[in-house]
Amino acid sequence: MSALLPRRWRSDPRFAWAAFAALGVLLAALPFIVDAGMGRSWVRILAFALLYVMLALGLNIVVGFAGLLDLGYVAFYAVGAYVYALLASPHFGIHLPFWVLLPLGALLACTAGVVLGAPTLRLRGDYLAIVTLGFGEIVRIFLNNLNAPINLTNGPQGVNLIDPIRFGDTALHPAVDLFGVSLPATHAHYYLFLAFTLLTVFVALRLQRSRIGRAWVAIREDEIAAVAMGIDTRNVKLLAFAMGATFGGVGGGLFAAFQGFVSPESFTLMESIMILCMVVLGGMGHIPGVILGALLLTVLPELLRYVGPLQEAVLGRVAVDPSDLRMLLFGSALVVAMIFRPEGLWPSPQRARELSPDNPDETRQEQESLFDATR
Amino acid sequence: MDIFLQQLLNGLVLGSLYALVALGYTMVYGILELINFAHGEVVMIGAMVALTVLGVLAGTPLPPAAMLAIAAAVAIPACMATGFTIERVAYRPLRRAPRLAPLITAIGVSIVLQNVAMIVWGRQYVSFPPLIDVHIHEVAGATITNVQIAIVALAALIMAGLLLLVRRTRLGRAMRATAQNREVAELMGVDVNRVISATFVIGSALAAVAGMMVAAYYGLAHYAMGFMLGLKAFTAAVLGGIGNIPGAMLGGLLLGIIESLGAGYIGDLTGGFLGSHYQDIFAFLVLILVLVFRPSGLLGERIADRA
Repeated sequence: MSALLPRRWRSDPRFAWAAFAALGVLLAALPFIVDAGMGRSWVRILAFALLYVMLALGLNIVVGFAGLLDLGYVAFYAVGAYVYALLASPHFGIHLPFWVLLPLGALLACTAGVVLGAPTLRLRGDYLAIVTLGFGEIVRIFLNNLNAPINLTNGPQGVNLIDPIRFGDTALHPAVDLFGVSLPATHAHYYLFLAFTLLTVFVALRLQRSRIGRAWVAIREDEIAAVAMGIDTRNVKLLAFAMGATFGGVGGGLFAAFQGFVSPESFTLMESIMILCMVVLGGMGHIPGVILGALLLTVLPELLRYVGPLQEAVLGRVAVDPSDLRMLLFGSALVVAMIFRPEGLWPSPQRARELSPDNPDETRQEQESLFDATR
Repeated sequence: MDIFLQQLLNGLVLGSLYALVALGYTMVYGILELINFAHGEVVMIGAMVALTVLGVLAGTPLPPAAMLAIAAAVAIPACMATGFTIERVAYRPLRRAPRLAPLITAIGVSIVLQNVAMIVWGRQYVSFPPLIDVHIHEVAGATITNVQIAIVALAALIMAGLLLLVRRTRLGRAMRATAQNREVAELMGVDVNRVISATFVIGSALAAVAGMMVAAYYGLAHYAMGFMLGLKAFTAAVLGGIGNIPGAMLGGLLLGIIESLGAGYIGDLTGGFLGSHYQDIFAFLVLILVLVFRPSGLLGERIADRA
């Protein structure tokens, strides 16, 4: 975990522990602070931000570590979500518990990853991107249309009244009684998601430093050299794909339980693109960067809702409907951020060095072959 | 048999539209190796601008052909300017950046254009004014309208013109040289930046025409229409072999025909289990199959892995 900290802190364990303790207290208190200061809806946004951190870290394995551009990531998220939704709702009258469905969703998402990856992973770059994109769209179209003649997914209406997550007799919805304190559902989900996020961060960090993680980076940097080093690129790539898909499946299950409702609307290509933007904008391959990217891109569109009141304050009237202006500003922010920080907002130190202007040789090499997720 | 012919004709019309849009993707990809995600939005801008002009002109006593010509004369430069600006603002500063960075700006530009269009033209569908007398012709049991015939003919004419431009003119030669090797082209005196700008401008002009045709074909335009259209067109470009101009034309036509035939027959083939609303699946299914068995596309060259 210490890789999350700057080097001068890392060298002193006392600093590290103090920083972690402070961060822990902050994360634990955050929903109450936000609830009091900004309202319940922001606790919900925080919980979603954590969910996106998980998804972005999952996609980061595929795009950031292994350098495989996946534009259909949301398909795996959809698999996880629909597994939970269909098997824990009145839709089929099946009500399996959450601790059965979450692993099941993860397993099915992982299988979907292998099924998609096995024939396509030998494709390179943009072709892989477009195949995964096609796969994502196919999954969404099926979810949208499998309501006739046999009603499997309930079509565009989606599945609602999904069971809340239960631990024994306590359900996370509408509120949890914990030692006499009543914890609202949003807060309870925040803590649950926080636990999952920390687990995800831990797994991602350990994976990055493992033998497999090094193999992924080797493939990303130079596939031919990686083969020469004895890496079985096909299996290692497939593993990256399956691993990323598993993370997506878990995220999907959590999403379905939290939202209480799923529909194909939530699993559009735009959603895949959004998660990819989190990875790239944050600094792909660099875990703290990816976390930053996910938090920023979840919170930013919500913050941009305040452009309405801002217009009123500055211009005295609402000139343009804020909900129209919001995505416009968001799109512009993406463009501006990439123009000024093409390597991402918080790239890994090594990558920042490779791309720095004082290092023309390496920069050039970087453009030509390294980190070529799209070639 | 007449259903087959009918779907074939529909596919031909749809395919001509896909092919025109696919050309924009493939030309940019050929030169910059960049997926210009904003291209579908340029098509949408073309359709919207043309419809606005037609809406203004609809009350005047001008003949319909003149109105369409004026609409095109406004929409084409508007799209050219959009394409030019996109390249300048979002892609040129990132020419030396890691390869995923321009992809993100492309997505950003696409979001911006969509939302600008939503603010300018609203969320509702804009309809094509009833200017054209639609005649229905019968061909061996299938029907085709004069609008559809015009779309196919015009698309063929434009594509022939583009092929001439790329194969016979100085600019075309410069484009091909830049696509092959940018540095060497530059050494030979090609102004690479101008060539890239020209590529975007030409692609956007084609997009404007395609946008007008789509609006005329469906009778409608919408601020979000560019997205799926762009996706399909890109699929068509990959199908034909991305970077390859005749490939984009072939890919577009094939995709249109496969989609129409697929939508027409899927009900019978699956015993009514799957209906024609699965039309969109064919594009992606065909794409996946083609890429798995022939990764370079139908007309693309097989490129060895570059180390």
